[in-house]
Amino acid sequence: MSFQMHREGEITVVDVEGQLIVGNRQELKQKVLDELERGERKFLIDFSQTGYIDSSGLGVLVSLSKKIREQGGELRLANLNDDLKTLFELTKLDTLFQIAETRERALDSF
Amino acid sequence: MPAPGPDRGPGAGASVLDLSIPSDVAEIPGVVDAVVERCTAHRFSRQACSLNVRVALLEALANAVVKGNRQADDKRVHVRAVVDDARLVVDVQDEGEPFDLDASAQDPLTPEGLLREDGRGIFLMRRLMDAVERLPGIPRGNVVRLTLRRA
Repeated sequence: MSFQMHREGEITVVDVEGQLIVGNRQELKQKVLDELERGERKFLIDFSQTGYIDSSGLGVLVSLSKKIREQGGELRLANLNDDLKTLFELTKLDTLFQIAETRERALDSF
Repeated sequence: MPAPGPDRGPGAGASVLDLSIPSDVAEIPGVVDAVVERCTAHRFSRQACSLNVRVALLEALANAVVKGNRQADDKRVHVRAVVDDARLVVDVQDEGEPFDLDASAQDPLTPEGLLREDGRGIFLMRRLMDAVERLPGIPRGNVVRLTLRRA
């Protein structure tokens, strides 16, 4: 499991490979906060290669969303599989995040 | 560990898994994979395996490792899972201080809860399982039992 980051214009894209859970959530948080510290403001997290997320992974997304907004930035999500959509719906986090069906739509939405 | 169910032991054809892991979050995915594999073998639905069992068990194990045992090197988490064609019953036992499952639960759906980083673990376990209970009368630590009937 790992996190791959790259730039698409002004947008920092993060691919979550495998899972986002208690054992690796801090790694994602630190990577995104480092980019925020460097001055990046637009972030897209792509879950097309993600199997599952637990409550601590969801919590990190909430925390990052707050920190990015506080700096005048934006965080968007894309490519949730059916299980992840259910998880976001159960926790009502689908109302907190802007979630796109595809990476392209998410990139176009900034 | 307690018996796998209040009303019966493992039936014929049941898969029984007994594991003990160190209090290390890196050990959690392997346990989850092993239980999910058995649920798949007993023809639990795709969603039950990939979402309900996987996430609920992750939460129970993370609670045991991080909150129960506080990731102490000298404490372990014990897991007993019994799966048959009717249901999964899995007990997760830590060696930590006793806790009240209901008192620990928060409502993550309130406007304040929605913005909190924590507080979704027990909520998710309860939404994804048919039953989540802390077993009474455990002399040391806590046992949280998750039950999911096969749809």
